[in-house]
Amino acid sequence: MQLNDSDIQAIWLTVRLASVVTTILLVVGTPIAWWLARTRSRWKGPLGATVALPLVLPPSVLGFYLLLAMGPNGPVGKLTRALGIEALPFTFWGLVLASVFYSLPFMVQPLQNAFETIGDRPLEVAATLRASPLDTFFTVALPMALPGYFTASILTFAHTVGEFGVVLMIGGNIPGVTRVASVQIYDHVEALEYSQAHRLAAVMLIFSFLVLLILYAWRPNSRKG
Amino acid sequence: MKLIFLACLLLFATMAHAEKITIAAAADLKFAMDEIVTGFKQSRPGNEVEVVYGSSGKFNTQIQQGAPYDLYFSADIAYPLELVKQGLAASEAKPYAFGRIVLWSNSMDATKMTLSSLTDPKITRIAIANPKHAPYGKRAEEALLACDQWDRVQSKLVFGENIAHTAQFVQTGNAQVGIIALSLALNSELAKKGGYYLIPENLHKPLKQGFVITKRGADKLLAKQFADYMGSKSARRIMTKYGFVLPGEVK
Repeated sequence: MQLNDSDIQAIWLTVRLASVVTTILLVVGTPIAWWLARTRSRWKGPLGATVALPLVLPPSVLGFYLLLAMGPNGPVGKLTRALGIEALPFTFWGLVLASVFYSLPFMVQPLQNAFETIGDRPLEVAATLRASPLDTFFTVALPMALPGYFTASILTFAHTVGEFGVVLMIGGNIPGVTRVASVQIYDHVEALEYSQAHRLAAVMLIFSFLVLLILYAWRPNSRKG
Repeated sequence: MKLIFLACLLLFATMAHAEKITIAAAADLKFAMDEIVTGFKQSRPGNEVEVVYGSSGKFNTQIQQGAPYDLYFSADIAYPLELVKQGLAASEAKPYAFGRIVLWSNSMDATKMTLSSLTDPKITRIAIANPKHAPYGKRAEEALLACDQWDRVQSKLVFGENIAHTAQFVQTGNAQVGIIALSLALNSELAKKGGYYLIPENLHKPLKQGFVITKRGADKLLAKQFADYMGSKSARRIMTKYGFVLPGEVK
């Protein structure tokens, strides 16, 4: 199976994007998931619904709003200009920002589930032993939620790899910058280069299956322990 | 009961007469085709004409896979010719227009620009359609190559999926300028702002556009009527209004 240079470039870009997004979401998603799991605030519903929005929203809606928001007349665009940063559309970091929104529920929801299943008891015990809340989180909650972190990271990574619509709308299809594997396949198909599309598509198919296989093969064991 | 029967009869009667066709049209035709279809429907009330806009290459692939389009208007006659060769067409590939490309901007005065203005450091993003599969993108690439600008501006280029998507990058201000179809730049929504510079046609190969009736539309009278209507005076007037040069016209 032979992939040309631009295919390999697209694959690396996709892996890089998914890694960066997963890392950012681990940091951003943890406090959100923790809060959602523990709070009794009336804001729990609205915030939970907001986090879940990308599950339901068509990518075209997200892409459209992001394009307007990040453009020179949008709120994000004005902010980036005031800060002297390059405008976000058509850049790698623009894709990162879009993907963080797009993959947010895939990180937050498994984490929230993991935190909820811990329950109050272990945390109360830790508190009676005079552990500070931060201490409790890192020494009790985090280790107990590790399987949740595993699932959340894999799902987030895989979902970012599978992104297409949003990237097409705000990416501008620049080689090495915003031309990810899914867009590259689309371009091959559009240009009637079916054999090249087949090769890259097969790579994506095998990759996606392996990722899910790891996830499903690993999970039952974690339950036993 | 009687009333329902009568309603059914009426529905049946209209259904027997009315036909429905679906047209796949290149994105550059968006505004012109909308007007032409409106005129066509007025002259044949009761019939339904649906138009789907998108990239020519994609429609070509879809028709090869049996997509339900009765007529196919491509921005490049090469695609319809291909369909004819493969036996997927019910008519010959007929040229209907020549397209032109322009430099268009939403925020700058493009009427004072030429292709060499693109090196201006104030311009950081230039949108063109993807040259790999969009006919307008291919011509934009040729024009930039012809005047030795391609290498100088390549790092600023962003690629739209089709020509309407490209125009959208410019309209939202995300790219300061773009090379788009004259037919889009002449639409009132886009013509309100900026302005355009017509790229000399000797810089690129002609954008010869063609259409076919697909195999699926072979038995539909309405498809044939629409194909004929494209040659009518009113359709030609609309095409000219949107900057298309018509076949057979001497420039």
